[in-house]
Formats: sequence, structure tokens, C-alpha cells
Amino acid sequence: MRKLALSDDILMQVEKPARYIGNEVNSVVKDKEQVAIRFAMCFPDVYEIGMSHLGIQIIYSMLNEWDDVWCERVYSPWVDMDKIMRKNHIPLFGLESQEPVKTMDFLGITIQYEMCYTNILQVLDLAQIPLYAKDRGEEVPIVIGGGPCTYNPEPIADFFDLFYIGEGETQYRRLFDWYIENRDRGGTRRDFLRGAAKIPGIYVPQFYEEIYNEDGTIKGRKKLYDDIPDTILKEIVMDVTNAHYPSKPVVPFIKVTQDRVVLEIQRGCIRGCRFCQAGQLYRPVRERNVDKLKEYAVQMLRNTGHEEISLSSLSSSDYSRLDELLDFLIEDCGQRHINISLPSLRIDAFSLDVMSKVQDVKKSSLTFAPEAGSQRLRDVINKGLTEEVILKGAALAFEGGWTRVKLYFMLGLPTETEEDIKGIGDLSNKIAATFFDTVPKDKRVNGKVQIVTSTSFFIPKPFTAFQWAPMCTKEEFLEKAYQTKRGIMEQLNQKSIKYNWHEADLSVLEGVFARGDRKIAEVILEAYKRGCLFDSWSEYFHNDVWMECFENCGVDIGFYTTRERSDDEIFPWDFLDCGVTKEFLLREWKKAKTETVSPNCKVQCQGCGANRFGGGICYESRQIT
Amino acid sequence: MKIRIKFAKYGTMKFIGHLDMMRFFQKAIRRADIDIKYSEGFSPHQIMSFAAPLGVGIESYGEYMDIEVLSMASTQEVKDTLNQVMVEGVEVLSVTILPEHVRNAMASVAAAAYSIRMKDGRFPINDLEKKLQDFYNQNTIPYTKETKKSTVELDLKQGIYELRMEPDDVIYMLVNASSSGNIKPTMVLEKFCDFAGVEIPNEACQITRLETYTDLAENEEEQKFIPLAEVGTVA
Repeated sequence: MRKLALSDDILMQVEKPARYIGNEVNSVVKDKEQVAIRFAMCFPDVYEIGMSHLGIQIIYSMLNEWDDVWCERVYSPWVDMDKIMRKNHIPLFGLESQEPVKTMDFLGITIQYEMCYTNILQVLDLAQIPLYAKDRGEEVPIVIGGGPCTYNPEPIADFFDLFYIGEGETQYRRLFDWYIENRDRGGTRRDFLRGAAKIPGIYVPQFYEEIYNEDGTIKGRKKLYDDIPDTILKEIVMDVTNAHYPSKPVVPFIKVTQDRVVLEIQRGCIRGCRFCQAGQLYRPVRERNVDKLKEYAVQMLRNTGHEEISLSSLSSSDYSRLDELLDFLIEDCGQRHINISLPSLRIDAFSLDVMSKVQDVKKSSLTFAPEAGSQRLRDVINKGLTEEVILKGAALAFEGGWTRVKLYFMLGLPTETEEDIKGIGDLSNKIAATFFDTVPKDKRVNGKVQIVTSTSFFIPKPFTAFQWAPMCTKEEFLEKAYQTKRGIMEQLNQKSIKYNWHEADLSVLEGVFARGDRKIAEVILEAYKRGCLFDSWSEYFHNDVWMECFENCGVDIGFYTTRERSDDEIFPWDFLDCGVTKEFLLREWKKAKTETVSPNCKVQCQGCGANRFGGGICYESRQIT
Repeated sequence: MKIRIKFAKYGTMKFIGHLDMMRFFQKAIRRADIDIKYSEGFSPHQIMSFAAPLGVGIESYGEYMDIEVLSMASTQEVKDTLNQVMVEGVEVLSVTILPEHVRNAMASVAAAAYSIRMKDGRFPINDLEKKLQDFYNQNTIPYTKETKKSTVELDLKQGIYELRMEPDDVIYMLVNASSSGNIKPTMVLEKFCDFAGVEIPNEACQITRLETYTDLAENEEEQKFIPLAEVGTVA
């Protein structure tokens, strides 16, 4: 029988003890004496969130396939457990072995959103690992960061020994082989890091220094050793079809956010939405072979027993064999009472037909993401969706029996005017009007239509055309939300429209972290020391504490958020190379300001630079001609 | 065809709650490819009924659920395929075919047997066997049960069918587990500790459900408890 790290007494005191006991179906237990490397893979948020993440399942499965590696999972202990572990000095442990993380070789942390930064410190702290990389001794695990936020790792650079930039499938073997080699020859931690810094995709922050201008902007970078690279190119898997895929994902006992099989159909996106970071980071687009996907779907459903499968990608409608894949799933899953949850598809006759097959039309809702209220602003952000397309899609849907529509917009986009904001209400109203025009009175279910309009606040992100753009202040954001609300209230069909908006405090903080530099680390540490944790959970977010920390550390929020950057400013993340060039992004920024759209990759290559990886639609078509 | 599955739940699995165990079995049945019957309607679900829910922290060697299958090779095969997809701490002990018109697992529960032992060492009570006997020999054992809205006065005595010591300092009890008169072993332990003048926190004890029984007596005055598994047949 496995021995748990926590006593019965403790487990009976906390909410959901299943978060801490491991033993889930498909979790991997190995003999620790038989492995050379022990790896703790952490998602720094509560179990139910972390267990829903596909990336961890991929890495977990891949590493455990190697005989000499044992990868375990670690999540942030929830606030109740956090208190108990601190009080009793219980070290954070891996779920599989129930042994302390501090006894392992590596602690890998996936960093999916900025608001988990204090949870990273919690994980290190509870694991009894010194928070600053420079303070770590020989026996301490190597702390690795990965995931989208590592495309600007500088605000948290001091806390990591190394970052793995890009897709995880490619360099772990090489990193581990070097680790074993270095250990066998009696090399030190620093020796390991020096060698690791020369492995493609690996960034060792303590070997680089940021040099600032007097105005606080970056002058340049200094590296400690000549033989380490100046820029770090992201790692990427070009053959996604034959890349490792977890055919036996871990099945949690408790209900988690994503309680289903996730089938990743492609990586990358052909649409160059100018606000979207993922759309640039994961270029070029790479499709998985449809036959392989069918095979994976069947295997994963059989190995997990999940009752639902969902497709994952940035823009599923662009997957070339989508109809074939969906036909297969409807046929195969239908027989076995397995639900299909569809990703947000472009609303057209095809997708409505598919949706009506897999969902209860009366209960489900349709989602449109126009992102901006006017065509002018949609041109600025390069969102290809037009009002005509939306209204046509809505009319089709209403004819098909749907009565609920969700609309997503952003407030605070570059160049936004009051007219653009007014457009949000106008468009919501036109959709409601379309319902009344399309559906005759005697055929209206409950007699009404329900439009839910939601706005989030725009946050400029690194490696997007808007990385130069100023972000709004909290007051401006709230004023815009108020204008939106007023605009909706003035509409004829306002009773059919419900309006939601996000909190502004959190967006401002996220904005600082997204484009921050190394000066931010001190603020994060201070906030953590003062009890900030689970900041992405609004009930635990203490904006007042954060504001005091910025003040105490002498860090000006406006410098990172509201300031418009000059064309030639050096950004904290410029030493990373995600494939798309800064020249391309700057061209896009200028086109945005002149309201000029850029066609997607299928229509015309924009010369983003990502085809240097030897793939993408432009690359493939050039190969053919 | 209705079949009854008896299973054990122990070790770390005692921390998995009742609803999560149901979800666990739903998934296990799909992994084992059991030809289970689904309900009609837009979102069909597996036809499944669990006997008495088990509190978090309690181990059991007498858990039951009934399912309806469209086909199967044999009860042995269902047992084997399910055991191949279990986790450490959950084990299918038997599979039996239920006769027609038998009440489902949940409705047929009448009583449950439990053992209680100290996790570390022995009960801190002198003359334990005699005290337990004296406790049980009382005419009434009043208990105030607090629910969310009100407090209810119960007499535990009527629902405790057996109470005695077993070897190795283990308390054994057979108590009412029906939906109308369910008695939790912690309720009995609490009153006994009061009686013996000691304080033992629940966490210090390991409670184990040993078996779940149905009552086959013809009239209300009598009791004829038999394990739920013995209602069905093996084929």
C-alpha cells in the first residue's frame, strides 16, 4: 500500500483530499531505484485547473515513456492545505511517490498565465527550495519554466534556473542526457547550467544581465560567457503527426475543469489577429494527420473511459479535414454514448449542421467573437469577421432553433473611439432584431432571444503587433465598460441583451507582468510575502496589497502599461526569437494604425518569418510550385 | 439483465467521496467495455444504482452497486474485466445476477456492519468489554441529531442490532442503514465515549464497513439480514 505524505488527520480537515493523494487511473508509479532522473511537473494552480491542461499530459506521458525518467505531478495546494503545510513544515511532494519535491532532480513549472506568478513562489516555498535561483545549492532541484509566459520570462527570471522556450517535445532528452553526464563526472550545478545554456531553446537567465537606460528602458544585454547564445530561438515540432501524444491521459477522481479527452488537431493559426499572442507564438500552422487523430480519439476514449471528447486548436474551422474528422466522431462516439464538445467554430451552414447533431439546440448557445464593435476597429485588429457574416450566421442559427447567442468583445483596443464602443451595443441589437425578423411569432420558443455580450479589457502582449501599444488605465477601462453598458441600454432590444464585463484591476496587473522586465521580480516577491496567492481567483485577489507593493518597490505601473513604445525600443523579450520577426510585427503595427487588413496565410503570405522552420502554408505552396 | 457488483474500497481510496466513486465506476465500465444499458433521452446515462453512500475516510469491504447490462459473457468475466481497470484500493469482490423484480441496491439496504479500531494503539478505556456491554444494555440511548434546519431526537438503541468487542481491540456493530433510520457508526462511538467518560476524536479511529445487508423477514417485527450479494446468483 502506498504511504501518503499527509496524515489522515490532515486529509480529513481539508476540502477535496483527492487533490493530494495521487493514485489516479493512468498515473505512473515507478521504482525510484531504477530511474536516473526524477522530474516534478508542476502546474501552479489548484489541482482541478492543472489537471485540465493538455501540455502537462503530453510531457508527463513522454517523459514516463523513457525508462530512466520518472515524471510526477505537482499542483498548488489550495489555501486550506497551504496553511496546514506551512504550519507543520510539510514539504511539498509529488503526487505519485508522495515524496518531497526537494529530493528530485528537476522541478518543471508550466506558466500558462501571468496571474499565477505568486503561486510559483508558493510552490518553491512549500517545496523548501530557495526562491532565488542564485541562492540554490547543489542538492536543490533544477527549476525549469515553460509555457506561453516564458516568451517574456524577465519578470520571473530571478526565480528560475532555466527556461525552456517553445514546444516541449524536442529537447528534454538532450537536457537529461547532459544532466546525467554532468552528474556522473561530478560536475556542479553551475557546470550543468553552463552546458544547458548551449542546448537549443534553453535560456539560463542568471548568465545574462539587463542593462537599462536612464529612462528605465532597456539599453542592451550583457552575457556572462562568450560561448552562450545572444538570442534563443524557440523549439518547435514540425512533424506534429508523429510527435508524442498521450494515449493514456491521467483520469482524475474529482471533477476537473476539462473532464474529457482532448484531441489537439493542429498547432498554430493562419489568421493574423493583431492582439493575439498565441497566433504568433505557435506559427507556422501544422495539421495533424486525420487518420492519426481518429486513432488517438479511439485509444484515448478507451484508455480513460471519459464520456466526452473535445477538439483543441486555435481555429478549428481552418483544419482542412474537419468535416471528415467530425463525421467519424459523430458516428463512432454516437454508438458509445460519448458526447462531443465542439470548439468555437466559425458559424456557417456546415458547423450549424454538426452542432445540431451533437448538442441539444434548445439548451446550447452559439458564440461569436467579433472582438470589436465596428468594422473600422475590426480592421485595426485584423479580425476578419464582418457584420454581414455575423448576421447571416445568426439568421441561420435562429432558423435552426437556437435562441441563445454569446458575443465576445475587447475594450481598450488601440485607436478605439466612442463610436467603436457604441458599435458593441448596435451589433448586439442587430442580432436580436435578426431573431425577430427571422423567426415567426408562433415559432419562437419562450417567445424570446437571449444575447449575452461580454467584454474583456485589452492587454498588449509580447510578440504581437500591439507590443508597442499603450494600454488603458483602470479608470479608462471602467469608463469604457460604463459606455458599453449605456450603449446597450439605449437599444430597442435591450431587454434581450445581458452585459458582462471583467474586472479592471486584474487586467492592469496582467499588463505589467506581460511586458515587464526584471525590476518586477521584487514586486512579485513582496506581494507573495504579504500573502498574495491565487491572484487569478477574484476572491483571493488583493489589489490594494499589490498597489502598495509597487509603491514600496518604487516601480511605476504606467511605465509598463500606458506608455506607448517607440518603434526602435528594445523590449525585455527581444532576445527571444519565436520565429516571426520584429520587422514583420512592426509592419503590422503600422498597418493597424492605418486600418489596413492583412490577408491570412492561405490568401497571401505576409512574410512573418516563421517559414524558416521549414513549414507553414506559404512554405508548402512554394514547395509545390 | 440486472447485475449486482460488490466491491471493496480501502487504503488511499477512502478519501474519494461517494459521487466521485460513482463517476469512477462510470468511467471504469466504459474502460472495461461492459455492455451497460443507457437511459433514453438527449443525454443518456448509464443505468446504475449505488447502495448506502459511504462517508469520506471510511473503508469498506461491503460496497454495492447495481447496473443493467444488455449482454455479458459471464459474471466472472465482468468481475475480471472490471478488476483489470481498477486502481489500487478498489477491488470488485463479486458479481451476481439479480432475480427479476428485486428492489435496487439503494432501496434494499436495511443494515450495515462496521468495525472500529484505533489507528494507533488501543482504545484508552479500562474494562472496555464490560463498558461496551453496559452501554448496550441501557434501555435507551438518546441521540440529538442536528440537521441544517432542525434538531431531531433519536433513540440509537432501536437501530443497534449488535454491539460487541472482537479480538485485537476492535469494536463490532451491526446497525440500521436503511434510508429512514440510518445510524452512522460515529454516532454510536460518540455516545459510547460519553458513556465511558473519554474523548476520542473521529480521526483517531479507523472505521470499516464490513458488509451491507438487506432484510428478508416476512413481517416487521422480525429481522432476517442477509448480505446484498446473496440475493443474486452467479452465472
